Amino acid sequence: MDPLVMHRIHFGFTVTFHYLFPQLTMGLALLIVVLKTVAVRTGNEHYHDAARFWGKIFGINFLIGVVTGIPMEFQFGTNWSHFSRLTGGVIGQPLAMEGVFSFFLESTFLGLFLFGEKRLSKWAHWGAAFMVFLGSWISGYFIIVTNAWMQHPVAYKILPNGTFELTSFTGLLMNPWALIQYAHTMCGAVVTASFVMASVGAFYLLENRFVEYARIFLKTGVIAGSISTMLMIFPTGDLHGRYVAKRQAATMAAMEGLFHTEKGAGVAIIGQPNEQTQTLDNPLVVNNLLSFLIYGTTSAQVQGLDHFPRENWPQPMPLLYYSYHIMAGLGTYFVALMGVAAFLLWRGNLYTTPWILWPLMLSFPLPYVATTAGWMTAEIGRQPWVVYGLMRTEVGFSKYVSAGNALFTFLGFMGMYTLLGILFLILIYREIYRGPHRESVHHTTTLLEE
Amino acid sequence: MGTIWFWLVAAMLVMYVVLDGFDIGVGVLHLFVAKTNDERRMALASIGPVWDGNEVWLIAGGGTLYFAFPLVYASSFSGFYLPLMIVLWLLILRGVGIELRGHINLRVWEVFFDGLFAFSSVLLAVFYGAALGNVIRGVPLGEDSYFFLPLWTNWRVGPSPGILDWYTVIGGVLALVALTVHGGLYLAVKTEGALQKRARKAVALLWGPLFVLTLISLIATMTVRPQSLRNYNAHTVAYLIPVGVMLSLAGILVLSRRHDDKAAFRASVVYLVLMMVGAAVGLYPVLLPSITDSALDLTVERSRTGLYALHVGMIWWGFGMLLAIGYFVVMYRMFRGKVDLHSGGYGH
Repeated sequence: MDPLVMHRIHFGFTVTFHYLFPQLTMGLALLIVVLKTVAVRTGNEHYHDAARFWGKIFGINFLIGVVTGIPMEFQFGTNWSHFSRLTGGVIGQPLAMEGVFSFFLESTFLGLFLFGEKRLSKWAHWGAAFMVFLGSWISGYFIIVTNAWMQHPVAYKILPNGTFELTSFTGLLMNPWALIQYAHTMCGAVVTASFVMASVGAFYLLENRFVEYARIFLKTGVIAGSISTMLMIFPTGDLHGRYVAKRQAATMAAMEGLFHTEKGAGVAIIGQPNEQTQTLDNPLVVNNLLSFLIYGTTSAQVQGLDHFPRENWPQPMPLLYYSYHIMAGLGTYFVALMGVAAFLLWRGNLYTTPWILWPLMLSFPLPYVATTAGWMTAEIGRQPWVVYGLMRTEVGFSKYVSAGNALFTFLGFMGMYTLLGILFLILIYREIYRGPHRESVHHTTTLLEE
Repeated sequence: MGTIWFWLVAAMLVMYVVLDGFDIGVGVLHLFVAKTNDERRMALASIGPVWDGNEVWLIAGGGTLYFAFPLVYASSFSGFYLPLMIVLWLLILRGVGIELRGHINLRVWEVFFDGLFAFSSVLLAVFYGAALGNVIRGVPLGEDSYFFLPLWTNWRVGPSPGILDWYTVIGGVLALVALTVHGGLYLAVKTEGALQKRARKAVALLWGPLFVLTLISLIATMTVRPQSLRNYNAHTVAYLIPVGVMLSLAGILVLSRRHDDKAAFRASVVYLVLMMVGAAVGLYPVLLPSITDSALDLTVERSRTGLYALHVGMIWWGFGMLLAIGYFVVMYRMFRGKVDLHSGGYGH
């Protein structure tokens, strides 16, 4: 077995599973602050209950996020030691900052938020929620800075022995790629949280339970969802795409399935890339659109994969193509669904229209799919480089950790994460089934009444 | 600059051992000292609000090592591949064990998660001790500064050792006993009644083994790695550290007999800090010694990153630590005093 492939799968699996949780908690942290703000300003107890209910969901997600996140920091060293050795002087900086700043912030204030409501004033409890939000969003930024540096290295110099040294701290933190990627990623987190919140609201309405809470969830979910899905596409997605086209032209060609350099290149809506024949099977193409999206004119020339040496094509190229298309396709669906729902909310009949409640209830997994596909687009798109243009992935992994050892621990993680996934689903189902009724105040504080 | 970061990383790891140490200790002990369901819940509630904050010191310490000494991070994390993966799994199981226990009120569920929490706490303590033992003993570093250690070879400290050999096993057992005592004292501080009595009894029972193991480990370290004494001989004042270790051990015994649990817990903190500092003094300026050739040692100067990064790091690190200490003070004040299951605010 090829150790490179094994290490890639190992990291890809653990990071993909991990990111199912923070994408919800980062988005939810914002929505909880919104609920808390309404609660404190209006004195509406339902909003306090709603925040508490989502706090519990947050807590379970946060736990799984933390325990699956710790391996990520280790894996840089365990599986990608040579990459870490050469680049640690640069990206160790934001990673250490994440640990020192945001992790402390989040875990401390989450404790206060979950266990301290009775001991804190209303505004202090609001403050705890806000600090959790701040911590998780700062945390996200440091991680994105790390990833963005691998996508678009800045603020470094390379020493004769091959190690990278940091030359500008602000340059690293203000990497333009990081700013765009962060905006796009955070919008994605809010999309996920909005869909989950709206889904639970729709479920309660269709079941005719906890109706007053269901309305709060739907309203919050649909408003936040319609804003964030739109921001997802414009300006963040648009900017991000143009940045990729400019800095990683081979990636863009592979994402679009553009095998040949073209003037007035189109966008393939569907079609299967065929690497043997270097064509797109069953294509459905909107002519000239790609040239327009990237360069603003319909006739501009776009470099195809044939422009780049074969060993510099991102691999596996078809997976990159599909990931990108799934992300973009779902993004379009999200805008449409949330747009309709927002319209009905404005008209005042969202809560009584089953044909919109059903898709709202059932769509909650889709943002997870879209986000995962988005990450795969970014990460496979960066291949074959671990630091784009500077360091190839095959030199980065731990050469003394054999493929067999990597396989063994990969299987271990699979087993562990399957178990975690099952436990997670049971617990979340239980919380949702129980619902946010008033008695839940006691559930969070003592178990004796249960 | 590299020296400063050596001590900062060491300080963060010491913080981790002292803080997560007591909640690991509670994890080890709670099956034995907490008999009824209420007592179990009380034991877990004593660490419930703080354990994950404590664990952050590991994350922050690891991140700081990565940033300041990338070579050591890369070499040791890939070299200790298998034990680190096991540590990761144990950390996952432990977090799940304590956090999920209270979510479902079934006897089977609770017993299972209690067992899981205790099991992972015991193994973690042993692995941490063994890990420190490995770092003190040294590893077979190659010319390229990499190595790979299997879990065990022939249990001897030779040129091709395993993670576990007689020396590191002593470290593992010592860590288990030391953290259990630490956790027992914490429980005695935070609880009352039968649970508190049994926690004190456990401490009294374990004190003898702790004392013997501490002596054995000091002697074993001088045998396995005589170079550890170099700094001590150069600065004889450093010999106050082992003296302090012995005094703090005596303090634990005397103070816990007097039922002055808080003071005994403080003595245990001093004991852990001095043991760790003593090890760091023995190592400095090496971060990861080579078992064969000291020319291959990963020293502070060889493995540190650029000075610019280290200087910038000082600023945000200092700021971040001030904030973190602030949070911890708030948090521990918030949940100070004895655990009370009925007042609300505790539990899950």
